[in-house]
Parts: sequence; structure tokens; C-alpha cells
Amino acid sequence: MADSDTTLAIHEPDLRHHFDDSAQQLDSSTLGMWVFLVTEVMFFGGMFGAYTVYRSMYPEAFASTSHFMNVTIGAINTGVLIFSSFTMVMAVRSAQLGQKKAIIAFLVLTLILGCLFLSLKYVEYHEKWVDHHIPGPSFQYQDPRYVHQAQILFFLYFAMTGMHAIHMIVGAGLLTTLIVMAACNRFSGAWYTPVEMIGLYWHFVDIVWIFLFPLLYLIGHTQ
Amino acid sequence: MSTTLPFAHTEIRPNYLNVDYGWKSWLFTTDHKRIALLYLFSITAFFFVGGAFAVGMRVNLLTPEGIFAHDTYNKLFTMHGIIMVFFFLVPSIPATLGNFLVPIMIGARDLAFPRINLLSWYLYIIGGVIALTAVVQGGVDTGWTFYAPFSSTYSNTHVILTAIGVFVSGFSSILTGLNFIVTIHTMRAPGMTWSRLPLFVWGHYATSLIQVLGTPVIAITLVLLGLERVLHAGIFDPAVGGDPVLFQHLFWFYSHPAVYIMILPGMAVISEIISCFSRKSIFGYTFVAISSIAIAVLGFLVWGHHLFVAGQSMYASMVFSFLSFLVAIPSAIKVFNWTATMYKGSVSYETPMLYGFGFIGLFTIGGLTGLFLATMAIDVHVTDTYFVIAHFHYVMVGGMVMAYLGGIHFWFPKISGRMYPEGWAKFAALVVFVGFNLTFFPQFILGYQGMPRRYAHYPPEFQVLNVMSTAGASILAVGYLIPIIYLTWAWRKGPKAPQNPWNAKGLEWEQSPTPPPTFNFEHQPVVTEPPYNYSGEEPEVEIG
Repeated sequence: MADSDTTLAIHEPDLRHHFDDSAQQLDSSTLGMWVFLVTEVMFFGGMFGAYTVYRSMYPEAFASTSHFMNVTIGAINTGVLIFSSFTMVMAVRSAQLGQKKAIIAFLVLTLILGCLFLSLKYVEYHEKWVDHHIPGPSFQYQDPRYVHQAQILFFLYFAMTGMHAIHMIVGAGLLTTLIVMAACNRFSGAWYTPVEMIGLYWHFVDIVWIFLFPLLYLIGHTQ
Repeated sequence: MSTTLPFAHTEIRPNYLNVDYGWKSWLFTTDHKRIALLYLFSITAFFFVGGAFAVGMRVNLLTPEGIFAHDTYNKLFTMHGIIMVFFFLVPSIPATLGNFLVPIMIGARDLAFPRINLLSWYLYIIGGVIALTAVVQGGVDTGWTFYAPFSSTYSNTHVILTAIGVFVSGFSSILTGLNFIVTIHTMRAPGMTWSRLPLFVWGHYATSLIQVLGTPVIAITLVLLGLERVLHAGIFDPAVGGDPVLFQHLFWFYSHPAVYIMILPGMAVISEIISCFSRKSIFGYTFVAISSIAIAVLGFLVWGHHLFVAGQSMYASMVFSFLSFLVAIPSAIKVFNWTATMYKGSVSYETPMLYGFGFIGLFTIGGLTGLFLATMAIDVHVTDTYFVIAHFHYVMVGGMVMAYLGGIHFWFPKISGRMYPEGWAKFAALVVFVGFNLTFFPQFILGYQGMPRRYAHYPPEFQVLNVMSTAGASILAVGYLIPIIYLTWAWRKGPKAPQNPWNAKGLEWEQSPTPPPTFNFEHQPVVTEPPYNYSGEEPEVEIG
């Protein structure tokens, strides 16, 4: 390795010119993806921080709002996302084994589950719209004691689930790209880095939801 | 390695500058050195835009009544702050010198993600154009801090557009940091162990940690601010149960660590310069290296000292005050070690070293007055006065801009392949030093006597000091214009630079040609000696 030179790079098609070898390139991609996920944790962390502050200020108001969340759809969506993480793992496994058809099948399945999640999320948003639970001038709340405080919760609800949904949409775009790449025979058992990296991203987005679901839907149901 | 590239002995050696002249070869380049130059030119442009707003402020403050309407003055200081902080100081050294030098200093052919590096420049430009659009449309008047609920509810200026500009450019900063972290971890040349990393690289590693951990928080804060401004749900409005102090917490969680984004790279440059022009190994290499990381880590724990008078709990303030004092320790380690490096060294007085001296003195004043401000009782007296302005300008301008200019001069031969005119450069360094002190030292006194910041008017007894400050600012402006002129001249007409004009240590001088070829080295560099080996220990056999 000490003597490796640019000329070595010519032999490996997926090795970019500035890396010594594939191992170094994979190390860089993996570390880069994890660092990116750390920035994502901090990004959502700001909203979780705001949630924590307001929930400790207004615990009763926050608890009362969770009776207006659609727990059934939320629970189904949680299941959908956990299952999509499983299919994503299977896609990575198929890539390791170099099974092109299996990669495409599992990626398509993951994409369908992601779209199912987003469709159910749309149904929920529509319910909120009908119930006047969208923060803003037309906001209404059933319990007159908590109108303003509940509006803050719904603001955070839409900010957090909305930001999560945007990440899901980006993920769906990335999955589509992967499917096209797989169909064009870009992956082999020796090189499947994009599948693995986007897999990490997909799991991260799922984990965010695992925190969002209890914090937004279930807090009022213990009393 | 016996292979030498075929062009190595021809008369005009191909380098990253002459390899291609077309505009596409610049706008679509993935070469970190060309991207560094793209950043250099765009950052310089923003520096002068931000400086123009400062000129407007200083002109207004010549007389107690001022000449601008209050609203105009509010916009002047806001846009000065936003452009200088987000579009000059944050990217200044990392995106230019860091981008150019980090890969070369560790013996890599490029950053780990060259295309992401180019993307970061485009994000910077898009964010900058959005922010400038807001300026042209009439500007913004919230102060660079965007404090709610004024920014979210009451201001009738272009808050959202400006926030989008800052948001987008934030991702440029994140991507630069991410690229540096990965590059430093995975792409070091054989023999380039962590304990041989130049301190320039250590400083940029610490900076990158802050960029990666802090910037996403300001991004989401600005998203919440924008949503609140559209929806008026009251999340930062105390009238309906929102908490404006929460905004300040979120804002400073990024923006305090961000002031270390704006000084650590300066310290990184100074460590190189001091060691080179003292002809001595840096004193206490390990301490200087680790102190960068310590500043980055501690920097995340002190944001509450911006909220001493904002209604934060007194116990929280005491903890934040104590933690703020702790930051002085790694900062002082650096200053003492630079001084100890010069002790009994063969100090010479080239231009970069003059900026190095300026940095040490001015940063010390800026840092020590920071301790005044970390003391709660004194902070209550000088909060939101010119004392605070003077303090952070001593660090940001006296520290960071001095280091930036020092670094530009130190590596100008490397970057351009030409020498700058030493006489003019020394003269400009002197003008900058005099102009800077005349501008900002009177502001310490003004602040201590109680002149508040961000006011367009002031009582007549403050006029003498304000006129001194404006006079100093005029001298400072001249000091900044002179290097632009002679560096532009030197880039075309300056004498050709030798390979290593300063006889400096480091891969960028010793093993990479001047100016470097596209892939930085003609053969794989190998590191065989400790860093800053100026004491003359013979390196082991060169491989080449």
C-alpha cells in the first residue's frame, strides 16, 4: 500500500482516481455516511429539544392532544416502517451475494412500503385539516383551556412529522435510483456501496419515526 | 518508486493552474485546489460587501445625530453581521486555505469526496445569492441573531429570504466539515500518523467537528423560525405561551460553537507561521493539538453565557459562567506555546510573521476581555454595549482576519507560483494593525462607559471616541485594499517562486511541486520525520 500509485487505479472500474484502493474508498464512504447521519441526529435533535421544553412546560395540554392523534394509523405505519427496514436489510444481503433479481425485488418492496407510509400519512394530515388542527389562523381546539398550548404541540407535530416525511420522500427517490442502477448491472458482490449507504439512511429515517410515534401519539394514553 | 511522470523535466511543468484554461474547467472542477480558489474569490467579494455596510455604520456614527434613518441603520448592522459571519468568517480559512492545503499536508491526491466539495461551493453561492437578493429587495433588520419574537412576528423586512440564504449556505459548511473529517481519517499518506499531523490539520479537524455537530441545529432553528413567521402559531411568542428564550438557546447552541469555527482555523494558520519563522519545532506539539479539540468540545457547553440577562435560571448562568472560564485554558495553552516557540528561536520578520505577532497580541486582548464577559456581574454591566462589539472584533478581525491574511501571504507562493512584493506587504500589515486598534480599542472604552450597541444615535460626550473609531476604520479599509492590489499584480507579474521560499517544513513545501500538479504529488509521498523538524534532524532516506 505504501507504494501504491495512481496507475493502480486503472484496474478497478469503480475506484475513483484519488483513492489508493477499494478498501480505502469503502472506509471513506462508510465514515462519510455515518458523519452525515450524525448531522441528521443534530438536525432532528433541535426539534426534539423544543418538544422536551414545551412538554415539560405544558404536560396536561400535550397529553390532551394525543387523543386527537390517529393511533391506529400511527401504529400501522410503525409496523410498515419496521418491515421496510427488514426488506432493506434483505436488499443489502442480496447485494452482498450478487443476486441482481433479489436486490431489485427487495428494493421495490421497500419502495412500496415507503409509499404506503406516505399515503397513510397523507390520510392523517387530511384528518387534521378537516379538524382544524393545522396551526395558524384557522386553528381550533376542543378544550378551551389548552388552545394556545395545543397549537404549539401541533406546530411541533407538523414540523417533526413533516421533516420526517421529507426524508421519506428523499429516501424514495434514492431507492428508485438504486433500482435503476441495479437493473443496469452496476452492482456486484465486490461493489455495492450505494445499496449499503442508502440502507443506513433508510434505517435512520425509520428510527426517527420510532421516537416520534410514542412521543406524539401515545403520551396521553397512560392516564 | 522509480516512475517519474513524463512531463517532470519539460520546461513548463503542468500544474493545477495551467492544465486547462476554459471556464468549464473551473466551474465543473473537482480539484480541491481550484475549488479553494473559487471560494477565495467569492469570499473576498462578500468580505467587501460586508465591509461596505460597516463603512455605512461608521459614517453614521461620526455625529451624535447620525445621518441615516433608524430603520436604515438597523439594516446596515444586520447585513454587516449576517454577511461577515455566515458568508465570510465561517467559510474563510477552512474553505480556502483548508481546502487547498489539508489534502496536500496529509499527502492525499484530493479530498475524500471531490464532487461534494464542488457541491459545497455551489451551495455557498446559492445561499449567498439568496441573501444578497434579500439585501437588494430592501434588507433585513433583525440583527444577525434573528431574535424572536421580533424576527418571527414584528419585523416587516425580508427575514424568511435571508434565513433561507443562511440555511442553504449552512449545508455548504456541513459538507466541507464532513469532507475534512473523512479525508483526515482515511487518506493520510504512509507515515503520516496522528502525532505527525501538522497543527493546521488538527485545527481544521476540530473546526470540522463543530461544523458537523452545530450547523444542523441552526438549520432546524431557522426552519422553525420561518414556519412560525408563516403560521403565527406562537411557538416563540410569549403572548400565547411560546418561549422566546428557547429560540436564543437553539440559536446560540450553534452560534457560540460557531465563533470557534471562526477562530480555530486562524490558530491553525498561526501555529504553522510561528514555527516556520522561528526556525523551531512548535513547543508542546501534543498540547497545542489537543487544545484545538478541547476548544471544540468545551465550545459546545458554554452557549448560555449569551443569556445571562435573558431570563435564564441563575443556577444555569453560574454553570455556564464556570464552563466559559474553562475555555480560557486551552486558548491560553496555545498562546503560551506560541510564545515559548519563539523563545530562543531565530525569529525573522517576513509578512506572515508580522500577522502572526498581530494575531497573538490582539487575540490575547480579545480572549481576556472574553473572561470579563463570562463573569456574570461584569456582563450585566456591559451586556449589549460596545464592549461586547470590541471584544468579539478583537477575536474575529484582530484574530481571524489577521490569520487569514497571514496565511494568504504565507501560502501565496504555493498557490500562485509567484512571490508577492515584501515591502508593500509589510507596509499593509502595519496599516492593518494600526487601523484595527484605532477602530476597536475606543469601543472598549465606549462600551464600558455605557454606549449601547445597535443604536443609530448617541449622547454628544461619546463623539470623540466614535470619531477615532471611524478614522481607524478608514485606515483599516486602506489596509485591506492594498493587498488586493499587490496580490493581483503579483499573481500575473510577480517573480517566480522557488519550490520552498520560506525553507518551511511540511509535505506541501517539501514534497509537492510549487504550484502543485492536479494530483498534488508526482509520486506517493512518505513521511519519515516528526512535524516541524526545524532543528535539523536528518530525515530518513527519501523515497522517490
